[in-house]
Amino acid sequence: MVRMRASGGQQEVAAISDAVAVERTLAGEREAYRVLVERHSAYVYRLAYRMTGNREDAEEVVQEAFLRAYQKLQQFAGNANFATWIYRIAANYAIDRLRQRKSEDSRREQPQRVAEGEPEADPLGDVKDAAPSPERLAGSAQLAAKMKDALDTLTPAERTAIVMRHWDGCGIEEIAAVLRSNTSAAKNTVFRAVQKLRLALKPFVEPRGAARAVGTES
Amino acid sequence: MKHATEEELFAYRQGDSKERQALAAHVKECAECQAELARLEHVFTALDAMPVPDPGPDYAARVWRQIAPRLPEKRSRWWQAFVLPQRLAVAGAVALLIIAAFLTGRISVNKETGSENAGLGAGKVRERVLVVAVGEHLGKSEMVLVELSNAQPASGQKLINIAAEQRRAENLVAENRLFRQTALEGGDQAIASTLDELERVLLDVANSPEEVTPAQFESIQKRIAEHGILLKVRVVRQELQTAETGRKSQPAQTDSKAKERNKV
Repeated sequence: MVRMRASGGQQEVAAISDAVAVERTLAGEREAYRVLVERHSAYVYRLAYRMTGNREDAEEVVQEAFLRAYQKLQQFAGNANFATWIYRIAANYAIDRLRQRKSEDSRREQPQRVAEGEPEADPLGDVKDAAPSPERLAGSAQLAAKMKDALDTLTPAERTAIVMRHWDGCGIEEIAAVLRSNTSAAKNTVFRAVQKLRLALKPFVEPRGAARAVGTES
Repeated sequence: MKHATEEELFAYRQGDSKERQALAAHVKECAECQAELARLEHVFTALDAMPVPDPGPDYAARVWRQIAPRLPEKRSRWWQAFVLPQRLAVAGAVALLIIAAFLTGRISVNKETGSENAGLGAGKVRERVLVVAVGEHLGKSEMVLVELSNAQPASGQKLINIAAEQRRAENLVAENRLFRQTALEGGDQAIASTLDELERVLLDVANSPEEVTPAQFESIQKRIAEHGILLKVRVVRQELQTAETGRKSQPAQTDSKAKERNKV
């Protein structure tokens, strides 16, 4: 009898497709799940970092997403793409995490504001020191830092929407599914995010006095 | 025409605008809207300026190390995949076939060889049944893979429907798993290994969308060709056929040997 190439071994496991890895994991082969984790963790990390804005939270989102996916693997249709599926789980978890963080932050900040008698602030007012001249902030590192601050002023939904739309090129339907809203609301959320970012970054990315009143006659 | 609003320009940039042509014509003529569009573009350029810190070259392995101890043990074993109703039906049909073949084989063996061959063990009969059933299974799998490999999408065809092949592959996956386990339990590593490789290719086909683009179709064809699975399937099938033919001719040899023994 002709001997076929022996199966088994890590190299062989690493070469299997996502669909096969899912099937094998479901069949009780834990090592097959490792393939999925190792194949998709960097991609999920980038999404998680952009959504949470810090490494620690991003790493937690990645771990939690893969743990949740493992628990729900039986529900995974199999005809969907695993990368899309894990991306959505991570985005859902990250948005919950952002909402939780915002509410914790606001609980911490509220007593202070009441004490100081401050009115409810406009979210755009949260953008820190928007004054330096474009010359001072010419370096991309500074711009990146400003962008990070600007992103922090977005609501969890806005942040999720812009991350999914701009960096990952997701469709509006996909964004709507993660935001649990309809497509028109999701579209508005993306636009609102861009508006806020634009306003927050105006002093750094637009020449002074450049903005115009839109909708006027040309 | 009025200048476009920020929202209209944003939709235009995103490719979502319903009045794309009219806007394009306006933007082309209007310096102010061009400048506004450029300012909007600055925001996206600035977004790209925000780097994602590299988590390190061993990040993927680190994630695995961190989550592996927290993964609950999956109770499901290979047979649990059959719990899906559709597969259960296929598995049931295959099991019935094997039992029927086993019984038929037993009766016919007893009739043909009588008490002289009563020593022919049930194990050998089972092996023979497995050989026949696996041979048939490999033949059916080969047909699906050959059809997919030889199909040539018409030029300009945007989507190729592979729903029929997909359904056949799905049924074959369930059969395949049963045979692979039986081969493993019987210690036939070579057959088990080929069935294992075949299963992966069948799963790829079964898990593909019903309609695929030419690029996706080409990738399926590549996967089939990549591991030379068709050749391996043919080789194993031929060997099984040879083995089966050899077995069929064996009783005659046994008779002649018995005669020789009697002469002595």
